[in-house]
Amino acid sequence: MKHVKCECGHVNPHGTILCEACGRVLQESEKEKQLVDMRYEGSARRSQTYNKTIVDKVWNFFSSVKVGVWLIVITLIASALGTIFPQEMYIPPIMPAAEYYEDQYGWIGKLYYDLGFHNLYSSWWYLVLIASIGISLVICSLDRVIPLWRALKAQRVSRHEGFLKRQRVFGVSEASNLDESYEKVKERLKAKRYNIREEDGNILAEKGRFSRWGPYVNHIGLIIFLIGGMLRFVPGMYIDEVLWVREGETKVIPETDGQYYLKNNKFILEVYDKDKDNQAFSEAIEEKGMVAKNYQSNVTLYKKKGETVAGQPPELEKVKDYPIKVNEPLKFEGYALYQVSYKLDELSKMTFTLGNKKSNESFGEVKIDLNDPKDRYDLGNGYAVEVVSYFPDFEFDDSGEPVTKSKVPNNPAFVFKMITPDKKEGEISFVAIQQTIEPFGDNEYKMNFSGIDTKNVSSITVRKDLTLWLIAFGGLIFMIGVAQGSYWNHRRIWIRRVNDEVWIAGHTNKNWHGLKREIQAVLEDTGIKEPEDQMQKEENKE
Amino acid sequence: MKKRRLVIRTIILLILGAAVAYTLYANFTKDDIKKVVVGEQAPDFVLVDLNGEEHRLSDYKGQGVFLNFWGTYCKPCEKEMPYMDNQYKQFKDKGVQTLAVNVGESELSVSKFADRHNLTFPIVIDKDGQVQTAYKIGALPATFMIDKDGKVVKYHTGQLTEEMIKELMEQVQP
Repeated sequence: MKHVKCECGHVNPHGTILCEACGRVLQESEKEKQLVDMRYEGSARRSQTYNKTIVDKVWNFFSSVKVGVWLIVITLIASALGTIFPQEMYIPPIMPAAEYYEDQYGWIGKLYYDLGFHNLYSSWWYLVLIASIGISLVICSLDRVIPLWRALKAQRVSRHEGFLKRQRVFGVSEASNLDESYEKVKERLKAKRYNIREEDGNILAEKGRFSRWGPYVNHIGLIIFLIGGMLRFVPGMYIDEVLWVREGETKVIPETDGQYYLKNNKFILEVYDKDKDNQAFSEAIEEKGMVAKNYQSNVTLYKKKGETVAGQPPELEKVKDYPIKVNEPLKFEGYALYQVSYKLDELSKMTFTLGNKKSNESFGEVKIDLNDPKDRYDLGNGYAVEVVSYFPDFEFDDSGEPVTKSKVPNNPAFVFKMITPDKKEGEISFVAIQQTIEPFGDNEYKMNFSGIDTKNVSSITVRKDLTLWLIAFGGLIFMIGVAQGSYWNHRRIWIRRVNDEVWIAGHTNKNWHGLKREIQAVLEDTGIKEPEDQMQKEENKE
Repeated sequence: MKKRRLVIRTIILLILGAAVAYTLYANFTKDDIKKVVVGEQAPDFVLVDLNGEEHRLSDYKGQGVFLNFWGTYCKPCEKEMPYMDNQYKQFKDKGVQTLAVNVGESELSVSKFADRHNLTFPIVIDKDGQVQTAYKIGALPATFMIDKDGKVVKYHTGQLTEEMIKELMEQVQP
């Protein structure tokens, strides 16, 4: 590939539009334009100039901003599609996902499932899209920031007339008494914090160049952010598990290698009281019926002492008591335990009395722990109750047999054998909530329901996220880049003597009004005419 | 100059490509990582069976172990139990032990269930879920085949036929 040597002697990379040093227009087609495109200082974007090997072709594909924008648009559309129906992880586990979508949403649901949108955000093509955006970001930035940096570094004070003439802010002025004016201009430029370089009686005043790096700093932030997201897939970096613990229960905390245990002492749900709390809300509370004020699990964290094998009762050492509330997690060793859900009043104990149906006489009370019922309860005096079968979550199956749906006592049912002195063989009775069946004819005795004990259950999310600081750091760099690019402007003013005239040109990457006002203030009373905005002039003509 | 550029571009693309490939790979294997991996040492545990006898997995070194996680409310578990019992009787003297770990139901439910189906193999109850956590149990039934060195050689979720149970047991027979 040939390099382009400018008449000024500077050697430019192939494809350069404006000489990096003097600004002379190097491409014929650009010479006809009234104003030059200053976006990348007329530098050669590398991707547009090399296109040989497969590596170059891949590189060029990702170097295109157009491709980048399309990738973002496609990703946005895909992300939106994923929100039409719930993702697989959020559907209730009542039936297989394949059936669920069709059952709930008809043929569209089936299509949704068949196209894999039910698991969109972890599908390979979605990840490829996100990754492509990341690659596009890296390559687009590299392809622009390096030529731009080169061009800004190589720029000379004296710029070619053709370059100055094609700047948006440009003016020619008769020069009288120039030396005096020059000193004044320089002083004022310095006061406005311009860096001034001089060469052969020409001036380049420049400030805020670092604002040009803003977008690239911003991209670095984004890339760090993406790396943070990627790290979540590395084992051990990110944990998100759910733990259900009943009041009074102690359970091992998942993903802690069996080292930590959690005891739920109490779950508390508080609601706003329309009489006690802020009166302003009383109407809203009345309308809604119940407005939650606080979800709280009072827990105790334990650490296992010594080595035990799973299944052995561990020796636990108390670490601390803590009330976990929404947004106030219990934190330990990089783990955080969040209050995430709850279940109120899960049945824990049921009480029955054994009674004679006719005489209503009672022969004692049976209190059954629904999570650990005994098989026989002795009441003394020859009275006893045997539990023949127990169904914690009872229903009748297709063949009419009583079965249990789960191990959770949501709807307990029992088959009791009631043994009394006059019925030593025992009478069989099937007892469920508000339901008694006597399968072998009328019994003389009955289990009378007399009360329940309940317990609340807390659902705790176990979260560990070692990527968070990196994501936050990426966000910070991102914002620094945004501020850098938005709050500073890169301004340049060229002053050049051409014979008996003074040529002035100005360029800024934004806020032209500000640049023009600065030039105006600098040139005041110097006898040098203020340059004009050629774009405005053009508009006024029309 | 041109050559150097090609090298730099190739290196950058390779690094980016490797990062993407790793992410995709990690994403698709993340569910496997959550399970006890085939080929690794099976986590040791101690549980007490319905007769009050202690069973420690590592005590069965030198024998194959058919380790089954189940619940009384799980239909496929119930269906495979009689098959397991038949094969248990065939293999217990040939060096393959059967252990059925209940997922923490009440002793009453479990023993009534065992009586109803006349189950003879040892049934242990994982009351506080420690063993299930160690084996990362999700769906039931879940079956692990452990060889004489204590390594997991096979993992299966879902109902097994008697034929499959026989084959599995033959695999770990010492």
